[in-house]
Amino acid sequence: MKSLFILIGWCCLWVVPVWAGPTQTILEGYRAAGAGDFSAARGQALYHKSFPGENPHEQRQCITCHHKDPKQPGQHPKTGKRIPPLAPSADPARLQDPAHVEKWFERNCTWTVGRSCTPQEKGDFLTFLLAL
Amino acid sequence: MNTLQKWLGPVLFCTCLGGGLTLGWSATTDLNKKRSSEVAVLQNALYDQECGSCHFAYQPGWLPARSWDKIMTGLKDHFGENATLAAEPQRQLTDWLRVHAADHAQGGKIQKMVRSIPAQATPIRITEIPYFQKEHRKLPLRTWKENPQVRSLSHCATCHPQAKEGSFDEHAVRIPNFGPWKD
Ligand code: HEC
Ligand code: HEC
Ligand code: HEC
Repeated sequence: MKSLFILIGWCCLWVVPVWAGPTQTILEGYRAAGAGDFSAARGQALYHKSFPGENPHEQRQCITCHHKDPKQPGQHPKTGKRIPPLAPSADPARLQDPAHVEKWFERNCTWTVGRSCTPQEKGDFLTFLLAL
Repeated sequence: MNTLQKWLGPVLFCTCLGGGLTLGWSATTDLNKKRSSEVAVLQNALYDQECGSCHFAYQPGWLPARSWDKIMTGLKDHFGENATLAAEPQRQLTDWLRVHAADHAQGGKIQKMVRSIPAQATPIRITEIPYFQKEHRKLPLRTWKENPQVRSLSHCATCHPQAKEGSFDEHAVRIPNFGPWKD
């Protein structure tokens, strides 16, 4: 009897990631590209980190556009346009389309950090969002 | 000769009537267009997705084709941001914008707007066009630039609630923190 429960539990361990769908596929892609274990804490640190902008006093952060709480909507600083929350727990449409995710990582990392983000950084960041 | 005389009257009559009706009809439609402050609304999910995530998805009718060409070839540095597209959406959207650009507007505000652009100029902002600036010149800075909920005139939909439906009537304007616009 006990071993049956263990068996069921063991199956669930496998089923859950499969059910989790596209976001897990994205993370697996980063692992295949050489990333190690992902850390939500590192992802959170990147989210708040400041980088020098083009002008001497300009500082760029992910939260220049996104809300400091990823469960809240952000606002584009120039156009005022509302940006829906990034956390999938606040907006289930988030992180569902790998092409969308990659396109925006590319744009936002080059604008904010000044270069593309590494698979490790991207995986950490998504792990941070998924944990919220 | 006899048959000609017999038919000439009715034929002339019909021609005049037809011509008159046509003239009258085109005059009223022109009048309607002149009054309206509308721009054609075209459904394009790809455009909304690619060109509507950072700002209002400006209808193609707001700029002439040469302006869209310039915008679409400069997406790498698009007002300080990277808005580059993959080759296929880039091509599709450029074609679509060209076909529906403002150049061929017949009457109405859009034609007025196109006429206000000097022939040698290729504006990449709607907000740079003389006609646009004239329409918005009465707005004090505190209603937009110094207004944290607006910030930029580029964000049409914050003040024109029916912008997405292509309607920019000045009587429908509602400015956040200020309410309806009274001229
Ligand atoms: C200049 C404004 C701006 C900055 C700065 C910015 N973003 Fe974004 N981000 C956007 C916009 C606009 C979107 C797309 C609109 C949307 O999906 O709601 C977006 C979308 C995303 C997405 C896509 C989410 C999905 O569901 O596909 C991710 C991931 C993302 N941003 C991560 C970041 C990270 C990480 C940083 C910092 C390194 C950052 N962003 C900085 C504006 C910005
Ligand atoms: C990564 C964000 C981003 C994306 C994606 C984007 N834009 Fe922009 N766009 C901007 C910013 C920022 C401005 C400048 C707004 C301001 O100064 O207030 C702008 C301004 C504009 C303007 C001028 C508005 C005015 O002031 O009259 C046009 C036209 C325009 N964009 C067209 C497009 C088109 C077409 C696309 C799709 C191919 C596109 N944009 C995609 C960020 C973006
Ligand atoms: C700060 C709020 C605000 C923003 C942002 C704004 N407008 Fe306006 N707009 C107005 C007001 C107010 C009027 C009426 C001005 C007047 O009566 O003098 C107006 C008038 C107009 C008119 C003429 C309407 C008529 O009935 O004659 C057009 C067309 C127009 N706007 C288009 C646009 C477009 C396109 C954009 C974005 C590129 C835009 N507006 C952005 C406030 C705004």
